[in-house]
Amino acid sequence: MSFREPHELHKRRFGRNAGLGLVLGGFVVLVFGLTVVKVSQEEFGFPQDGQAQTSGNAE
Amino acid sequence: MSDASINANETQTGEAGFGDYFALLKPRVMSLVVFTALVGLLAAPTPVHPIVGFAAILFIAVGGGASGALNMWWDADIDRIMKRTQGRPIPAGKITEGEAFGFGMTLAAMSVIMLALAANFVAAGLLAFTIFFYVVIYSMWLKRWTPQNIVIGGAAGAFPPMIGWAVATGGVSVESVLMFALIFMWTPPHFWALALFMKSDYEKAGVPMLTVTHGRRATRVYILIYTLLLAPLAIGAAFTGIGGPIYLAVAVALNAAFLKGAWDIWRRDEVQAEADNYKTEKKVFALSLFYLFGHFTAILIESILTPYGWGGWS
Repeated sequence: MSFREPHELHKRRFGRNAGLGLVLGGFVVLVFGLTVVKVSQEEFGFPQDGQAQTSGNAE
Repeated sequence: MSDASINANETQTGEAGFGDYFALLKPRVMSLVVFTALVGLLAAPTPVHPIVGFAAILFIAVGGGASGALNMWWDADIDRIMKRTQGRPIPAGKITEGEAFGFGMTLAAMSVIMLALAANFVAAGLLAFTIFFYVVIYSMWLKRWTPQNIVIGGAAGAFPPMIGWAVATGGVSVESVLMFALIFMWTPPHFWALALFMKSDYEKAGVPMLTVTHGRRATRVYILIYTLLLAPLAIGAAFTGIGGPIYLAVAVALNAAFLKGAWDIWRRDEVQAEADNYKTEKKVFALSLFYLFGHFTAILIESILTPYGWGGWS
């Protein structure tokens, strides 16, 4: 069984897709890291129960 | 630019490599953006979490890259004419103008939104304004209209340290404006020194550069004037929150050398310059790169030493 030699165009396309995949993967990791930092900061807080109910009643 | 000229010149490929898209971001300009933004961020009196700082610098770099891509989209017609820019992805036929526009706009919007989420709205607003300034004010308006294009357009390159400072503090202050002013005043003599020895084909492309519109003698005079204005500003910054004895020593030495270089350029004429193949002009251009790097490194050193009681004047 023989495999055809990949065309230069396919190599370029593969490089582009692999690069984009790495960039998107890095972006996901970065956003996850940012989220961890933001929720760990002292000023971060969940809405109070009362506020949550008020907004719930408004609906 | 007529529709006919677009159709005649545009090359449809749609199969650019990853490196071609990266080249659209003007990586060399991006390195200056990253360095000065990082110094602005670290010199600020408010500490920033390392991950937030890293993300902010990354989004500032992406925003800078986006404006580079949009600049290449707009200037594709003159990039095809000038030898220096003929190898760029659009004139080389690797990326179409539409792709570059879409790529630039997407990255511009994403970088501003992400900077707002990672840092604050002031930093994001400054980044958005920087992109607008570089693409609309400089590329679309000033570049082909006035020989002072590089003077006013230089502001776009001066914003990154101000954005870095805003990431940390959430605002603008005298120190961040001084860092802006340092790059703003440095850009003209730096660029004109290059314009004197780079036999560029701006004239053919219809871009009014000072060397063409006002002549080389006037350019030499302008270099000296801007260097004279730059020196007190650069040295004066030593006595603000970002300065200190180390910065002062570096600024005095670098400004003395830069002033000497500008003086030497002013004293020469074209015959002398041609005779030694623009040796002085090339030396001053190289010095100008070291000048900016030296000032911002000194600011960085002062800020790193401050927590140990050695930085600044305290």
